[in-house]
Amino acid sequence: MKWNKRKMIDRIMSFLTAACVVIAIIPLVSILYTVTINGISAINLDFLTQLPKPVGEPGGGLGNAIQGTFIVVGIACLIGLPIGILSGVYLSEYGENRFGRFVSFVADVLTGTPSIVAGMFAYTFIVLYFRSFSAIAGGVALSVLMIPIVTRTTEESLKLVPGSIKEASLALGIPKWKTTLYIVISTGKSGIITGALLAIARISGETAPLLFTSFGNMFWSGGLDKPISTLPVQIYTYAITPFPDWHAKAWAGAFIFILMILILNVGVRLVTRKKFG
Amino acid sequence: MDREYLSFFRISRSKFSGDFIFEAIIGFFALCILVFAFLLFRELFVESGLSRNTFGWDFLTGTTWDPVSEVFGSLPFIFGTLVSSFLALLIAVPFSIGIAIYLSELAPEKLRTPLSFIIELLAAIPSVIIGLWGIFILAPFIRDYLAPPLSTYLGFLPLFQGPMYGLSMLTGGVILAIMIIPITSSVSREVIMTVPTHQREAALALGATGWETTRIAVLPYARSGIFGAVILGFGRAIGETMAVTMVIGNSPRISESLFSPSYTMASVIANEFVEATSKLYVSSLIEIGFWLLVISVIINIAARILVWKLLRVEGGGRA
Repeated sequence: MKWNKRKMIDRIMSFLTAACVVIAIIPLVSILYTVTINGISAINLDFLTQLPKPVGEPGGGLGNAIQGTFIVVGIACLIGLPIGILSGVYLSEYGENRFGRFVSFVADVLTGTPSIVAGMFAYTFIVLYFRSFSAIAGGVALSVLMIPIVTRTTEESLKLVPGSIKEASLALGIPKWKTTLYIVISTGKSGIITGALLAIARISGETAPLLFTSFGNMFWSGGLDKPISTLPVQIYTYAITPFPDWHAKAWAGAFIFILMILILNVGVRLVTRKKFG
Repeated sequence: MDREYLSFFRISRSKFSGDFIFEAIIGFFALCILVFAFLLFRELFVESGLSRNTFGWDFLTGTTWDPVSEVFGSLPFIFGTLVSSFLALLIAVPFSIGIAIYLSELAPEKLRTPLSFIIELLAAIPSVIIGLWGIFILAPFIRDYLAPPLSTYLGFLPLFQGPMYGLSMLTGGVILAIMIIPITSSVSREVIMTVPTHQREAALALGATGWETTRIAVLPYARSGIFGAVILGFGRAIGETMAVTMVIGNSPRISESLFSPSYTMASVIANEFVEATSKLYVSSLIEIGFWLLVISVIINIAARILVWKLLRVEGGGRA
């Protein structure tokens, strides 16, 4: 009898914890389902290549927002990847001192920065200075979020490089900097790339920091120092209006957006079968 | 003399060798992170100076937010942020711990990796899309199916009184819960996986069932790390902006009822920053951002310390 009771509790707990997993997956399935159902019908070539139209007019697309997303994310990568990767290399290979540990700690804490605060920083730092919303300000805001993630994933993946390989290289008389560049980095390359791509996927999804940095624009980008339209901000703008016509566009935009991010995210994970970031 | 000269030469040469230059260059980039962190604080602190000088500490306790007469008190937003985040924790923590236990201890070996992959996929969905789903699917669902039974059976509590229009504190809390489950559960899972195997083996050898092993040998060991994961989730909830802004109703008032609309610190910045006209208005919004940053940094430091201890020892862990 006693044995049965214990066995039963074991079963019940297994069932309950499994139920937690199932319940947590329900919203994911529901999101993917509704976005697909509502979004897929509006997708066509025009939607992907044309400019938005005013409310009420049929047609129009999100071409400029897709272009803008690539530009802003590209700027963020130009700033964020070099700083993130190189400081990650420093922390992993030269960071065994007080300065290194402190930087590592700060980077770790910065990964929790609220994204809207990063946007505010880019606003006070760049928008106020140039007196205009701009693609650059959006890129800076995203890079603030990107740098700590890339730093930490680079550091973690280089720490996995076996010490014996480094020692072998050093024993041959190869200087440490060459060892780091040609042996350590090339061994840990896939980890660094995975981390960088996942960071790109992560920041591409951010909306809040772009609201008052890259702002928005109904036309094609007019330069990096001008406001620029991005997919997430455009989806948000459409979603909070009362027009069903625009809601449909929000869903369609969401479908494209989710497709882009999931392909990047799932693709990277499937290819590397490792998990960083 | 020659020898001294030579050794001097060697030292000076090694100072400017490739190693030195390389370390200096990448060290500079590492320094950039500290500079960024410093600038982040400095900018928000300096730009919020006007508001701090005008309102002082009253800014944090004032309940009036009136851009027309330029009186700014941020208590309703602080209230909204804290209540919605706590509500999210209340919902998310049991689920997250359940998920972590199942995926690290009780699930069949084959299911563990794919299931945790799916859970983490939830974290990859952009928050604006979760918000879109929240407006059109979750809010009506809560209004029609969750709120009526709550007000019927628990209506004697002030928490569940008043009319429910869908966009409310409750909806905000639920959506935050959905968004923090991936991080809380995956960090908890990693913490649980660092528990040494011989702990489990000892319990199993004494005849404990799977659950008993978890309860006796695993959970006590992982407690502080799980607590860290929960705090990390709290930090995420506080800083989350878009999805909450889209479903919480955006009304700056302090109400006992979870059915009434509310407003969070991040939402007010998202909604009003572009429209803010006067210097004092902008400065007040930046001060809200400053406090948001301070709170989240404190929370993150606390969480890291708790989680780090466990993951750092094992090495290669992701906190």
